[in-house]
Amino acid sequence: MTARSLGFALILVACVAVKPAFAQVFGAEAFTLPNGMQIVAVPNHRAPVVSSMMIYKVGGVDEMPGKTGLAHMVEHMMFKGTKTVLPGMFSRIVAANGGRDDAFTSEDYTGYYQDISADRLPEIMRLEADRMVNLSLHEKDFTPEHQVVLEEERMRVENSPEGKFDQQMNAALYLNAAYHHPVIGWKSEVEGLTLADVIAFHDKWYAPNNAVLIVSGDITLAQLKPMAEKYFGSLPARKLPPRLVLEEPHPLAARSLVMKDGNVHQPSWNRMYLAPSHHAGDTQFVYPLEVLAQIVGSDTTSRLYRHLVIEQKLASEVWAGYSADARGPTSFDFFASPNPGVDIDKIATAMDAEIMAIVEQGVTPEDVQRAKTKMRAEVAYARDSYQTGARVLAGALATGGTIADVEEWPQRIAAVTPDQVNEAARAILREERSVTGELLPAKPGEGPPVEPGSEVPPETLGKSLR
Amino acid sequence: MNVRILVSAAVLVLAWIVPAQAATKIEEVISPGGIKAWLVEDHSNPIIALDVSFSGGASLDPEGKAGLSDFVSDLLDEGAGDLDSQTFQGKLQDLSIQMSFNTARDTFDVGLKTLTDNRDTAFSMLGLALTKPRFDPDAIERIREQVLSNLSDAIDSPNSVANRTLAALLFPKHPYGRPSDGDPDSIKAITRDDLVNWVGHHLGRDTMIVSVVGDITPGQLKPLLDSTFGGLPAKADPIAVPDTTPAIGIVKVVHKPVPQSVAVFAEQGVKRNDPDWYTALVMNYILGGGGFSSRLMTEVREKRGLAYQTDSYLLPREHAALIGGQVGTRNDRMAESLAVIRAEWTRMAEKGVTDAELAGAKKFLNGSFPLELGSTGAIAELLDTLQRNKLGIDYLDRRTGLIDSVTAADVKRVAHKLLVENQLVVVVVGNPKGME
Repeated sequence: MTARSLGFALILVACVAVKPAFAQVFGAEAFTLPNGMQIVAVPNHRAPVVSSMMIYKVGGVDEMPGKTGLAHMVEHMMFKGTKTVLPGMFSRIVAANGGRDDAFTSEDYTGYYQDISADRLPEIMRLEADRMVNLSLHEKDFTPEHQVVLEEERMRVENSPEGKFDQQMNAALYLNAAYHHPVIGWKSEVEGLTLADVIAFHDKWYAPNNAVLIVSGDITLAQLKPMAEKYFGSLPARKLPPRLVLEEPHPLAARSLVMKDGNVHQPSWNRMYLAPSHHAGDTQFVYPLEVLAQIVGSDTTSRLYRHLVIEQKLASEVWAGYSADARGPTSFDFFASPNPGVDIDKIATAMDAEIMAIVEQGVTPEDVQRAKTKMRAEVAYARDSYQTGARVLAGALATGGTIADVEEWPQRIAAVTPDQVNEAARAILREERSVTGELLPAKPGEGPPVEPGSEVPPETLGKSLR
Repeated sequence: MNVRILVSAAVLVLAWIVPAQAATKIEEVISPGGIKAWLVEDHSNPIIALDVSFSGGASLDPEGKAGLSDFVSDLLDEGAGDLDSQTFQGKLQDLSIQMSFNTARDTFDVGLKTLTDNRDTAFSMLGLALTKPRFDPDAIERIREQVLSNLSDAIDSPNSVANRTLAALLFPKHPYGRPSDGDPDSIKAITRDDLVNWVGHHLGRDTMIVSVVGDITPGQLKPLLDSTFGGLPAKADPIAVPDTTPAIGIVKVVHKPVPQSVAVFAEQGVKRNDPDWYTALVMNYILGGGGFSSRLMTEVREKRGLAYQTDSYLLPREHAALIGGQVGTRNDRMAESLAVIRAEWTRMAEKGVTDAELAGAKKFLNGSFPLELGSTGAIAELLDTLQRNKLGIDYLDRRTGLIDSVTAADVKRVAHKLLVENQLVVVVVGNPKGME
C-alpha cells in the first residue's frame, strides 16, 4: 500500500490491521448503475458528515512488465487537472468545502477518499466523475510529480531498512503472482515512467464499470441514488482489459533471507507462509486462519507473547497476522524482535518450536471459543466511526468480495470449529510454503551500499549515529 | 438524535456542538463526591468512551530519569490490585475493554472504551489501575526491555533522530529538551520506587479532567465517577516546571547514511491562551498546516517536486510555544528545500496573506470542524481539549466567530512577529549536500 500522503497511509494501515475484528453488520445498501458502476451507502448518522470512497479495481498487479509503480503514479496524477479543474485545484476545492481528501494505491485497487460535510457530497461526486473521464495532463505537471513519487520511495523504502526488507520478503514469497513487485515499484522502473504511460493506463482502467463508490456516514441509499445517477449515470461503460489471474505454482522450497543494514540497531525475525485469500487458494481455510491469528499472536495474552516475552524472556515484541482481502494469494505472517542482547538464532529456534507446536499439538476448544468471543464483541466498535464502514467495504468489494461477505462475517467466524483451525494450520504452516527473513545490524563494510552514486563519505558509514 | 430532558440537578450547563440536525449536547455532570465530568450522551451504539487527563506528564520526569512517566504509562495496565499482569490483560481482552495510558509533555492521558454490557467492570478496572497499580518486578523488567528495544529502533529512524536532536537544541536546560521516551541510560536508572512515587504524587483529582461520550446517562455516570476516581489523592504535587523560551538560530547536521535527508525546524510560537492564537491558527493553515492547499506544499512539492511531505505546525505547550515544520528531500536538493521554506517564512512575514487565502482558510477551519465528531473517542478527546484549555462549555458555539474575526492585517502582524527565518533552529539528518 502506498499513498498520496503519509497521514492517510497511517490511517489505512490501522484499519487494515484491525479489520477482521471490525467487519460486521454495517447495514450497507447498494445498487448498480446501468453503466456498471456500483454504488454503496453505509448509514451512520452520528454526525452530519460522510466519508466518500471511490475505488477503481486496478492496482500494482495490473502494471505491465517494466512499468512497476505506474498505478501509483497514475493515482498521483489524478490530482493534476482535468479539462475544467486546474492542476492542484481538486484538493483546494475539497478544503474550501471543509473537507479532507487523499488517495492510496494497493496491489489490487486504487482508492480516492474525502471526509466532508454531508451536504457537500454532490460537489465531491461532480469532481470525481470529472476526473474519471476528463483527466487532462501535461508534461510540466508530470515532471515535478515524478520527483515527488521518487521522494516518496526514498522515504518509505530507501530511508527505511524495514521498507527495503519488506520488498525483499514479498519478492521471495510470490514467485509468479504480480504481488512479487512492490506497489511503489522498483526504483529503476519508477524513474523510467512517462506521462504517456500514465495517460494510457488511465484510459485503459478508469471507467464507471471498473469503479465502486462507497459513501459511509450521514447518508442513505435513497439520498445517494439520485446523486449517483446525476453525476455518474451518463458516463459510458468501456471495454475493460482482462485482469491477470494471480496464481502461485505449488511451493516446493523454503526460502531464507538475511539482510544486513547499517541503520538497523534492533534485529527482527520474520516468517511468511503463502496463504489463501477469499478468492485464491484453499479458501475454506480463510476464517479458520483468522481465528488462528487471533489465538496465537494478536495481543499480550496470546500464546506467542506469553511464551516468548513473558516466560522465556527472549523477545520484546512478537505477533502473528493474517488478512484475507486480496484477489490473489496472501500470507500468514509471524514477527519477533529479540530483547537487547538476545541472539537472533535463539529467537529463530524458539519461533520454529512455537510454530511446530501449533501444527503438531493444535489449538484447544477453549482457545477457539475465547478468540471467537473476542472477535464478535469487537464488532460493536465497527459502527463507532463514520469512516470505518467505507474502509472495510472498500477492501472487500475491490478485491472481488460482496457486501454479504462483510455483513455475515460474525456468523462465519462463529461457525469456525477447533478442527478447522487445526486443519488450516497443518495445511498452511508448512516449511515449503515459507520465507524466513532476518533483518540484522551491519558492521562497517557489511551490507549493500546505501545508494549507488549517492555522496556518502565512506568514513561516516557505520558510525553516523555517534 | 433526541433532545434529552434534563433529569439531574447536577447538570449545570448545556451547549450544542453542531446546531444542525445531529445536534450533540455537552452536559456537565458532578458526582455526589464532587468529581466533575463533561458528558455527551449518544445511545445509538452500545459503546462508552472515557478520556481522562492529569496535568504534568513527561515534563515532570527528573533529570537523569527521562522517560519515567512514559514508563509508568506502559505499566499501569500490567496488573493492579489482586490481578497480576496476565490476569488483568486477559480480562480486558476477553471483555473487549480498550484501556490506554499515554504521557504527553504536559499531561498524562488515560483512555477507556467499553461496550455498555461491561461498563461497570471497565470503570472498576480503570480505578484499580490508577489507584492500585502493582508494578510487579517481572512486569517492570519486561517493559524495560521493550522500552530499550523501542529506543534502539528510535535511533534507527531519521525522523526520530531529528526530533530528539531538535528538542535538545531548543530547550537545552528544560525538561522539554529531554526525550519523553527517555534514553537507554535513563531507562536503566528507573527503579520501582520511582514508578510508585510518580503515581502517588502526580495523579491527583485536583488536576484531573474527565470527559465521557456514549451510551451512558448522567445518573449512571455519577456513582462511577466516585468509585473510579474517589481513591485518588485529592491533590497532586504542585508542578514545578518553569516557563521558558526556545533557543534561536542554530543549524545542525547529523550525518546518517540515508539517501533522503530529513529536516525539522522550529522557533517560538504562541500559546493556546494567547489572544493571537486564532490568527496564528489561520496563518499556519495557509503557510503549511493546510495539507495540499498550503503554501509549503505548493512551493516545495507541487512546483518543484522537492519532497513528498512538508508541513508546518503550531505546538502550544504549557510552558513554551513553538511554530515549526518538517521536510524530507534527497541529499543533493535538501539545501534547496530549506531555502524555499525560509523564503516562504519571509514572504508570509513581510506580505501576509491574500483575501482569497484568508477566506479559504476560514472555510476549511470552520467547515471541517464536524469531522472532529466522527467517533465516541474523537468526541471525548475534543471535550478534554475544551476543558483543559478552559475554552468554555459554549466554545463550540463561539468557535466560528473567533475564526471569522481574523483579518488579513492580523495575520500580517502575527506573521511578522512569529516568522523570523534566521531564528529557526534547524536539524537535518542525512548527508545533505552543501550543508556539511
